[in-house]
Amino acid sequence: MKLTLGAANAAFMSVTREQVAKIASLARIKVDEGDLDHFVPEFNAILGFVEQLGEVDTSSVEPMTAVIPQKLRLRDDVIDADPLTGGGKQAEVLANAPVAEHGFFGVPKVIE
Amino acid sequence: MTDLTNLGVKAIRDGVAAGDFTAREVAESFNANVAAAAALNAFIVTTPEHALAAADAVDAKRAAGEELGAMAGVPIGMKDLFATRGVQTSAASAILEGFKPEYESTVSQKLWDAGAGMLGKLNLDQFAMGSSNETSHFGNVANPWKANDGGNAVLAPGGSSGGSSAAVAARLAPAATGTDTGGSIRQPAAFTGISGIKPTYGRCSRWGIVAFASSLDQAGPMARSVEDCAVMLGAMAGFDPKDSTSLDAPVPDWAGALSADLRGKKVGIPKEYRMDGTDAEILASWDDGIAWLKDAGAEVVDVSLPHTKYALPAYYIVAPAEASSNLARYDGVRYGLRDLPEGAGLQDMYAATRAAGFGPEVKRRIMLGTYVLSAGFYDAYYTQAMKVRTLIQRDFNEAFEKCDVILAPTTPTAAFPLGDKLDDPLAMYLNDVFSVPASLAGLPAMSVPSRLNAKGLPLGLQLVGKAMDEQMVLNAGLAIEQRAGFDAAPGKWW
Repeated sequence: MKLTLGAANAAFMSVTREQVAKIASLARIKVDEGDLDHFVPEFNAILGFVEQLGEVDTSSVEPMTAVIPQKLRLRDDVIDADPLTGGGKQAEVLANAPVAEHGFFGVPKVIE
Repeated sequence: MTDLTNLGVKAIRDGVAAGDFTAREVAESFNANVAAAAALNAFIVTTPEHALAAADAVDAKRAAGEELGAMAGVPIGMKDLFATRGVQTSAASAILEGFKPEYESTVSQKLWDAGAGMLGKLNLDQFAMGSSNETSHFGNVANPWKANDGGNAVLAPGGSSGGSSAAVAARLAPAATGTDTGGSIRQPAAFTGISGIKPTYGRCSRWGIVAFASSLDQAGPMARSVEDCAVMLGAMAGFDPKDSTSLDAPVPDWAGALSADLRGKKVGIPKEYRMDGTDAEILASWDDGIAWLKDAGAEVVDVSLPHTKYALPAYYIVAPAEASSNLARYDGVRYGLRDLPEGAGLQDMYAATRAAGFGPEVKRRIMLGTYVLSAGFYDAYYTQAMKVRTLIQRDFNEAFEKCDVILAPTTPTAAFPLGDKLDDPLAMYLNDVFSVPASLAGLPAMSVPSRLNAKGLPLGLQLVGKAMDEQMVLNAGLAIEQRAGFDAAPGKWW
């Protein structure tokens, strides 16, 4: 297949077991050897499929930034302009936390 | 009295308003059907008390002579992707199991404000990622339809809005909310013989909908008639300052302006959708649709969408890329599942939580998205896909210079048995080949049932309109509905 993307064409090659393990680590998903056994071939099948995008001449095309063109709005710079998304919601924000202590989210110790 | 559960949205609303029956009677009838249909597994959580409370409020308003809303007295199913205050909102995932939002999504709030009640939260593919409702943490949804071939295989209800499609087809609800990222309203509607419309991107607020791919996600109604879809869409749509991509445009009276008179309108037939190997019955259904729209007065013209074949590969870069970013929030800190192995640090907690909380398809897409966005690959994959997306939209723009609406099949096949494509993600993805292009271009698109195939399973026809022109899509849908005369219902086995 003819690819027209220059240097990054290597991207369209298949991925190795080590690369998939690295991607999982970047995505913060713990995978074991069994997971990799199926993820690697599945990944390569999908990458092989999307590879055909390389055929398309896009040299004079801008990437889409908004599917329906519109101006990005800014909200008024007012505290609690919308009470639902403003401040003063500590209890609600923490209500679903797995661990909440003293008004904060609890996490494992990060500094020795 | 007629069985109230055979009535649709408008018939229920008008009947309640006229005093033919009470909203409470309607809610009780549907609650009973929901309770008796556990075998379909369409609901993750049922909320009969919510439906009854909303019904009682409508009955009280009517008794007091107050004005009733557009959905007054209509109990609906809510896809479990919409945040509902105090009611578990799981996105059919383990990682959000038990999550009870402190807030209500804009779309669901608008429906309650219009007088609708909630029968329960509907099952779906996990985080709306799937085309068969087999990726749910809460089990598969069964399609109420079965093939007449003597086999007893349980079929997929489509996905990701599979609980919605099954519930509406089985008369567990007169209508349900769906969301559509690459076909998740249209494909399940086609698989179950119902109608469903994805409006123009930005019509319905995304605020409070669990995000999958934000540039594609769009909510819409699923119901058993085009008019019911029009009524419910009117209640769901509208500008919302809390969604930065919400369209600041008035909501037309789609239901009021419905007309199946298509004289002076042109219907485009995209030649690229006539793919090699497409099921002969799908093509025959498409030909029926062409004849019906001609009969309604439309002129049929050939159009070309040259980049159609690249829509699916572009989608499977764009959607996973956005998903990998959106789903980064599930880290075991602020809500949902936490898996903290003995002695683990923060990073190990993230990785363990996400390994335990996400299903295989969700992991696959997050990792694919992480890969295509990673340094060195971003331009080759993501930028290229977004350029192709521009070309796909340009194709539609050029086609709409020649026509007012496009007619195509919704899916390449009828419903397939559960398990059929589970081991081959790519085969599953190909099911969305006809629905994904309109999603990438942000266009309104609808599926309406056309006929039963030789196995007795429903097929759907898809209408794609210009941006903001839901009316044309609904009108053409109505013209097909009136001529298809589709009144088949699944035989009750559940």
